[in-house]
Amino acid sequence: MSPVGAIVRKEIRSYFVSPIAYVVAAVFLLLIGLLSFLAAVTASNRSLQMLRGQGNLPDLNLNDIVFRPVFYNMAVVLLLVVPILTMRLFAEEKKLKTMELLMTSPVTVTDIVVGKFFAAFAVFAGMLVLTAVGPLALAPFAPFRWEPILTAYLGVLLMGGLFLSAGLLASGLTENQIIAVILSFGGLLLFWLFGWAGQVFADSAFGKVLTYLSPLEHFEHLVKGLVTTSDLVYFMAGIVFTLFLAHRVIESQRWR
Amino acid sequence: MIQVEHLTKHYGPKVAIDDVSFSVEKGEVLAFLGPNGAGKTTTMRILTASLPATSGTARVAGYDCFDHPREVKRAIGYLPEVPPLYTEMTVTEYLTFVGRIKGMDAERLSGALDRTLEQLSLGEVRERLIANLSHGFKQRVGLAQALIHDPPVLILDEPTVGLDPKQIIEIRQLIKALAGSRTIILSTHILPEATAVAQRVVIIHEGRIVAEDSQDQLSARLRRSEKVRVTLKHPPPDARERLQALPGVLSVHSEGPITFLVEAELGQDLRDDLARFAVRNDWGLLELKLVTMTLEDVFLRLTKEEDTPTHPSPLEGEGKGEGDAPEAQPS
Repeated sequence: MSPVGAIVRKEIRSYFVSPIAYVVAAVFLLLIGLLSFLAAVTASNRSLQMLRGQGNLPDLNLNDIVFRPVFYNMAVVLLLVVPILTMRLFAEEKKLKTMELLMTSPVTVTDIVVGKFFAAFAVFAGMLVLTAVGPLALAPFAPFRWEPILTAYLGVLLMGGLFLSAGLLASGLTENQIIAVILSFGGLLLFWLFGWAGQVFADSAFGKVLTYLSPLEHFEHLVKGLVTTSDLVYFMAGIVFTLFLAHRVIESQRWR
Repeated sequence: MIQVEHLTKHYGPKVAIDDVSFSVEKGEVLAFLGPNGAGKTTTMRILTASLPATSGTARVAGYDCFDHPREVKRAIGYLPEVPPLYTEMTVTEYLTFVGRIKGMDAERLSGALDRTLEQLSLGEVRERLIANLSHGFKQRVGLAQALIHDPPVLILDEPTVGLDPKQIIEIRQLIKALAGSRTIILSTHILPEATAVAQRVVIIHEGRIVAEDSQDQLSARLRRSEKVRVTLKHPPPDARERLQALPGVLSVHSEGPITFLVEAELGQDLRDDLARFAVRNDWGLLELKLVTMTLEDVFLRLTKEEDTPTHPSPLEGEGKGEGDAPEAQPS
């Protein structure tokens, strides 16, 4: 097993021996389940109303009225739970002085950062797979298209990856897990609000830059079923760049 | 095996170590002795290639610590002051993880795991969670972590700190048993420890090496006179003056009503003369002992001379640590 593999395995293991993975997954799935249920009930009420009003079964697009709001809300929930998922990755190692073991072992800082990221990503992806219960349960009762749902999942995966890399960076900055949570939550919310600020300054180049920097618009495209290279590049570059920053932070701590 | 040349490390304006040079041969055990904050840990961290030095070079097993960190890290086993333990793992899980990040393949690892558990007598706790182990066991797991990949160089930072006397002796015996095939550097601020396990002692104080030699050589070098402690059952009131009058005696200090410290010139053993004199006068000779310098005295002498170069005390170098340090000298 490669050193990266060993780190991934150790991190995934430690998610499941502590209650963190269970609590985060339980809260996340509960909220997503409730949101999906509310969206489905709202849609069915609306179709009943239209049936009474028009006398025939309306041609409702489930992708638009059920799944899209669920995915938007999922992003908001991620904003809350991802920092919890990443808070201990470096902070705990530094606090318990186990970082010294990693730093004196023949593994590179890149191995460590990448290993930890993939472990968190695997746990997150596992949680996400479980949310597929929603569309799978609806499929026998109503027609909808799977393609936009798959692209939306791609969007959630990429956005989650970006959030995770930011959380990893925040955890690398401190040995206090609470500070790591606050830093990553604050940072993510800031970038989220860039989207709003971008609308305020929509006419200027500044506004365009802000809109581009915010993950919101890129995510919206994917949820609508629109896959563009520009959005994929945004997420991939964002993840790689944030991991690079985390690498620099950890590397610089070696000198002190 | 280890060469350190003109190593200097600054933390901002603070100088942690200043122009430190020493070398360790293959199979040698070297003790790094100094008070807390002397720069022991800094030097060790540089040797483990995890901390870059400000200037100077350090080479381990032929590799430069800055240019070839991977090779250096593969060649060393390092036990930091706080053992780096993942307490939510069992001993076996932990050592398996360490073996993997040290780059061992599965086959080599399973053999190494049994050997290390056996070597450190950890067999009975191999499936227990590290969190539930006693301090002594935790320290041993820490040592196992440093040994799992069978490195030629071991670097141990205060390996016995916080252990009870029995555990201290155990760990020291372990270290002695590990010596021979391995090169070992250990740091300590506990003086008897250096004598107990190391062949050579490097004394470091405020970031500088103040002495480097074997313990015998160090005490011989710093000894300025021979001292004999005489305890008499019923000395006359003028015993001190009469002892002083003996040929070869430089000075006599009373250490109590019946105990005297007789100082003679270097190389002169007065014990025979003192014994005859005491018996002839029927003073009731109870004890006659040559006072040697302990490492503690050597250390205090060296560090004190740095601070106050001209402050000779009549008792300096006298066995201050004698008697009050039976604590942990293992037999």
